[in-house]
Amino acid sequence: MPRLIALLAPALVAACVVGLSGAAAAPVQTEAAFPVTITTPAGKVTVRRKPQRIVSLSPTATESLFAIGAGPQVVAVDDRSDYPKTAPRSSLSGFTPNVEAIAAYRPDLVVIAYDPKGLSSALRRLGITVVHHDGARTLKGAYQQIRQLGLVTGNAAPAARVVTGMKSRIDRIVKAARPTASRLSVYHELTPDLYSATSNTFVGQVYRALGLRNVADAADSAGSGYPQLSAEYVVASNPDLIVLADTACCGQSPATVAQRPGWDHVSAVRTGSIVRVDDSIASRWGPRLVNFFRALSSALGRLGS
Amino acid sequence: MGVAAVESTDVRARGLSPLWVLGAVAFLLVSLVIGVLVGPIELGIGSVLESAAARLHIPGATTSLTPTEEAILWEIRVPRVVLAALVGGMLALAGATYQGVFRNPLADPYLLGIAAGAGLGATLAIAYLPEGLRGQRALPAAAFVGGALAVFMTYAVGRSARRERDAATLVLAGVTVAAFFTAWQTFVQQQNAETLQQVYTWILGNIPSTGWSDVILVLPYVAAAAVVILALRRVVDVLSLGDDEAASLGVDVRRVRLALVIAATLGTAAVVAVSGLIGFVGIIVPHAIRLLTGVGYRALLPLSVILGAGFLVLADVIARTALSPAELPLGVVTAFLGAPFFAIVLRSTRVGP
Repeated sequence: MPRLIALLAPALVAACVVGLSGAAAAPVQTEAAFPVTITTPAGKVTVRRKPQRIVSLSPTATESLFAIGAGPQVVAVDDRSDYPKTAPRSSLSGFTPNVEAIAAYRPDLVVIAYDPKGLSSALRRLGITVVHHDGARTLKGAYQQIRQLGLVTGNAAPAARVVTGMKSRIDRIVKAARPTASRLSVYHELTPDLYSATSNTFVGQVYRALGLRNVADAADSAGSGYPQLSAEYVVASNPDLIVLADTACCGQSPATVAQRPGWDHVSAVRTGSIVRVDDSIASRWGPRLVNFFRALSSALGRLGS
Repeated sequence: MGVAAVESTDVRARGLSPLWVLGAVAFLLVSLVIGVLVGPIELGIGSVLESAAARLHIPGATTSLTPTEEAILWEIRVPRVVLAALVGGMLALAGATYQGVFRNPLADPYLLGIAAGAGLGATLAIAYLPEGLRGQRALPAAAFVGGALAVFMTYAVGRSARRERDAATLVLAGVTVAAFFTAWQTFVQQQNAETLQQVYTWILGNIPSTGWSDVILVLPYVAAAAVVILALRRVVDVLSLGDDEAASLGVDVRRVRLALVIAATLGTAAVVAVSGLIGFVGIIVPHAIRLLTGVGYRALLPLSVILGAGFLVLADVIARTALSPAELPLGVVTAFLGAPFFAIVLRSTRVGP
């Protein structure tokens, strides 16, 4: 039914809730589809004109904006947006944002991932449109954010292409890796003191998609999604695959993991199935997600053979 | 150093009764046994005892544990229990020492700025050390240096007031230095928001599962501090009367206090470096002993070591098992258990400190 409406009245679709129309319907829209309204978890956002001065305070949104061709419209990105290198990195902070400093860039659209101390309402009072894209919980949510960024920046068609491309590549990887992965278990390490991520987190959804069993799931009675595991438990649960997301922050590597007391008995250590992921790739939910899947699948490929 | 003079004077704080020593040692032993037997992974009491017997080369004893379980027991659990005992004993001893030396019942091991200094050292290491050096080894070193430096600065500031005989001046200097270091630490942390999580977990405090390496790292400092403080334990009783009184009894107040502070500081800095900040042990354990037994420092100091060790071993058992297989921050356990326990002790005793 939504698809039918989309075919009949493209302008109407652009103005209505995006989540309802599938990716396949999106390319029909024209670039002149303003004003446009999207619904994010933080509320409805209407953009009247195609934004020309975008400020991104979210490293994930920065990656997405440049991937969908909105790069030329971006005037500043926050201090942690280190990808792509061509992004106009500034000293703006997404964690301790200063409204005046943001306003000094005279933005017409600000994308944030974190809304501390009334940041978004302060920006709105200055007449600046704010899109608040919190950390995605699911792959679907991540795709949705990219599509919404496409709509509000007037790049709906390229955004839909980016999403379709990601989807097909990830689907192919999942299909190839699943037979091996579904027999194996994974331990995802966030910090050297064994904070991990369960299947209820975004990164956990990636493992779940591959069919891996997540050893952190048993430990999350509090439901935070990020329990701290005890060393005894990790060694005893004997994961087949270890993913280190604490290489850049904390200097962890397959060698340091192998040196930990008792860890030489862990299957992943014995078979060398320790994947190092760039902390920023494993903690973001943008287009480079495909790289993360690829890194996992090559480790799984080695395990399978 | 005037010990003989002290013994001949009228300081009549109650000494160590054998019953209390026996009770304290028994408590520590029971805690250690529980610590080794209980953990997130069920190994079975019989199997643990068999494995221990095999390790001790008792003839005929063989272990029924798998190699992985052996590693869990001997490379992860036992060293963690030993480390918890060292940390708890040191914190309680340092707390009791500071309380005597500064005649301040609220003194804890972090009084002279160790916590703030170690926190700054750890934060600087996490934020600025190059990746290769940032691992688990550099962080304790930085925290140790920061903690010791803060206490040294406290001492320098206190002395520059030319009233170094006055213990209150030193405590004020400690507050000043701690405020300065904390501000600096917060600034560095705020400039490097990505380090937040790491700094936060370090500050929360826990006994790491790093095997024997941290035990070996900490042991010399704790042993040296304990030897110095326990050798001077009768002098602490005299110091607790007041500087003038102590001086009139033939104690070189400045030198003795310096020796005690250096010993307590180095020991505390070493354990803080590996375990972060664990609150409550240094205050609650000495006061509970004092309230329950009414002993003076010469008995309080050794009892603090033994009972502090046992208390932290038990607290860590709860930290490891309450949410098993997840971990609970140890500082939460010590305060959550320690506060009600201390309230009961306060209520049920009439003996002032």
